[in-house]
Amino acid sequence: MNINFNLLKDIVSVYGPASNEDLIRDYITNEIKDFVDEIEVDALGNLIARKKGNGKKVMISAHMDQIGLMVIDIDEKGFLRFTNVGGISPIISLSQNVIFENGTIGIIYAEPVDDISKLKLENMYIDIGAFSKEEAEKKISIGDICIYKSDYVENENVVFTPYLDDRVGCFVAIEALKSIKNPANDLYFVFSVQEEVGLRGAKTAAYRINPDVGMALDVTSHGDTPKAKRFAIGLNKGAAIKVKDNSIICHPNVKNLLVKLAKDNDIPYQMEVLEFGGTDSGAIHVNKEGVPSGVISIPTRYVHSTVEMASKNDIINCTKLLVEFLEDKLEI
Amino acid sequence: MLLKQLTEASGVSGNEKEVRDLIIAEIKDHVDSFKIDRIGNIIAYKKGKDTNKKLMITAHMDEVGLLVTDIDKLGLLKFTTVGGVDKRILVSKPVLVGKEKIDGVIGAKPIHLQKRQEWTRALGIDELYIDIGAKSKEEAEKLVQIGDYVIFKSDYIEFGDNLVKAKALDNRVGCSILINLIKEVTDVSFYGVFTVMEEVGLIGAGPAAYEVDPDISLVLEGTLCYDMPKLDTHLIPTYLNKGPAISLIDRTTVFDRKFREKITSIAQKNNIPYQYRKTSMGGNDSGRIHTTKEGSVTTTISVPCRYIHSPTSVMSKDDYNHTYDLLKAILSEFKREEL
Repeated sequence: MNINFNLLKDIVSVYGPASNEDLIRDYITNEIKDFVDEIEVDALGNLIARKKGNGKKVMISAHMDQIGLMVIDIDEKGFLRFTNVGGISPIISLSQNVIFENGTIGIIYAEPVDDISKLKLENMYIDIGAFSKEEAEKKISIGDICIYKSDYVENENVVFTPYLDDRVGCFVAIEALKSIKNPANDLYFVFSVQEEVGLRGAKTAAYRINPDVGMALDVTSHGDTPKAKRFAIGLNKGAAIKVKDNSIICHPNVKNLLVKLAKDNDIPYQMEVLEFGGTDSGAIHVNKEGVPSGVISIPTRYVHSTVEMASKNDIINCTKLLVEFLEDKLEI
Repeated sequence: MLLKQLTEASGVSGNEKEVRDLIIAEIKDHVDSFKIDRIGNIIAYKKGKDTNKKLMITAHMDEVGLLVTDIDKLGLLKFTTVGGVDKRILVSKPVLVGKEKIDGVIGAKPIHLQKRQEWTRALGIDELYIDIGAKSKEEAEKLVQIGDYVIFKSDYIEFGDNLVKAKALDNRVGCSILINLIKEVTDVSFYGVFTVMEEVGLIGAGPAAYEVDPDISLVLEGTLCYDMPKLDTHLIPTYLNKGPAISLIDRTTVFDRKFREKITSIAQKNNIPYQYRKTSMGGNDSGRIHTTKEGSVTTTISVPCRYIHSPTSVMSKDDYNHTYDLLKAILSEFKREEL
C-alpha cells in the first residue's frame, strides 16, 4: 500500500481546536472532494463525506478537532490567561509555543511556583510579547483558542509531532477513502468536531446518518516505554483492535470481524483493552436504536503532548485493516 | 411582583409543579399554544412573523434543595441534598418541608458541646437534621413523609444599591425574563421552554430539544458571581453590575464562536453592557440542547448571582434589566432574519 506521509505532515499542522474546526474542515474537504459523492456540513461543523455503495450504511469517524487553550482574560500588561479546551496538562504545557488562528504565536509560562508538581492552569499564562493590554487586544480577543505549535519530525520508523491525536485518524480515513474505488458498502466518512470535549460531534453526526455499523479511528495509549503503566499496546506491533475503553465495549461481532480480517490478510494487529478514555464510537453505538460499533486504534506514545509518536508501519496497517473492513459484506 | 413570586415558590428538581403552575398562569393568555410534556417541561409556542430558522428560548424552573430521607425516633428529619448544595451553608437555616410547607430549622450540635477539632470542619449531612418541632416520630409522620421536598425559607428582599436577595435566583431570573419576553414580544415566532431537573443533570432539556428540534437556542440562566477584589481578574467568573454574562465554555458546551460574536455585536450596537463568563466550571441546559438530534447552535446568557445555590443569592436589578434588554434586541434581530 502506497502511503503519502507528506499529507500527514500537512494535516497535523492545520489549525482546528474543538469548536473552531473551520480551517481543518476546509483543508480536508479540498483533499477528498474528488473521491466522494456527497459532502455535507452539519450544525456543529462535522464534515460528512459519502461514498455511495449498495451494502451496509457505515459511519467511519475520525475527529478533526484538537485540544487547545481558550483565552478568558487579558491583563493590564498584555498577558493572556486561559482555560483548557480538552485534556491540557499544566506540566506538558509549560514553555511550549502556541499559535492562534490568525497566526499570532505565544509561549506558555507560569507564575513562580515552589512545587512544580502542583502547577495549575490558573497559575499559568500566555505571553505573546505584547507590552500592554491594548497591544494584546489588537491581536487576540477573549474566547480565542490557540493550539500547541511544534515541529513534525519523521524517520524511517516513526513520526512525532503534536496532534497525531487525531489527525492520524483523519489521515487513515483519507487514505482508505482514496484507495477504495467501488465501495461494497454505503460509506459515510465523518471528520468529527468536538471529540476532545466529550464526543459531541459524533453524537449529532450519528443521528443524522443513522448508520448500520460504526467505526472510529483514533489514537490509543502505549505500554512499551520505560516503567510505563501496564498496557499491552506497543509501537510497531500492528493495528490496535479495541476491545473496550471508558466510552464503549466494542460489539463482539465487529471486533471479531476485525481480528478475522487481520489474520486472513496477514495484517499485524494487537488487542486493546483501555481502562480510561473514549472515542467517537462511544457516541455512535448508543445512537437511536443502537449501532454495532468498533474502533481501530493507532498505538501512540505521549498522547496529548507536543511529541505524540506513532509507528509508520502501524499507520499503514491500520489503513489496510480499515480498507478490508469497509470492503467486507459486514454481516454483523 | 413576578420575580418575588417566582423565587418564593417551591420547585426543587423533580417537584416543579408550583413554579410551573405559576408560569402557566402568567403566560397562557400570551402564547398560541403550550403543553406540559411527559417529563414536566413547559413547551410554549408564540407565533409572530415567519422566519427561516426555529428559535427556542429556555430557562430551567427547578432549584437546588433538600429531600427527606428518614424520620428518627425523636421526630427529627434526616435529609439529603438535591443538586449542588454546599453543606457548609446548611446549619441553622430555616426551611419549609413538604407540600404543606411545614416550618423547620436545620439543627446541629451547639458549639459548646463540639470538640475543638469539630470547629475546624464543616458538619456532614449525617450530623445535621431538620427540626420541625415535633415531639415524636409519630407526630412528625402526621406532618411529613419520607420523600418530601424541602426548600430554603428566604424572603425576596430589595436592598443596597438596586440589589435583590432571594433564594432560587438560579434560575427564576431566567424564568422571569422569559415570561416577560413571552408577554411583551408579539411580532416574532419562537418557542419558550421552561425545563425541569437542570440541577440534577440537565434532564429536562434533552426531551424538550428533541421535541422542538430548534436551529438556534438561547439559554437563560442565573450564574455564579464571585467578584471579590483580592482575586486576579482571570479568577473572577463574573462581576455584579457589569451586565449579562455571555458564556465562552463550560463543562457541557464550547459555545459557537460566530453566534457568540453575533450576540456581543448586538449588545454593542444597542449600548447594552455585557461581560464574558470566565470560568469553564459548571454547565447548563445548552449542553443537552446543542447535541440533540442533528445538533444546533446555542448561547447561554446569564444574570450574575452572588452566593448562588444558597438561601441568600444576590443579584443586581440593573444586570437583570440589561439581560432583558439584550434578549429583546436579539429577538428583533431574529425578526429581521439576521441572527
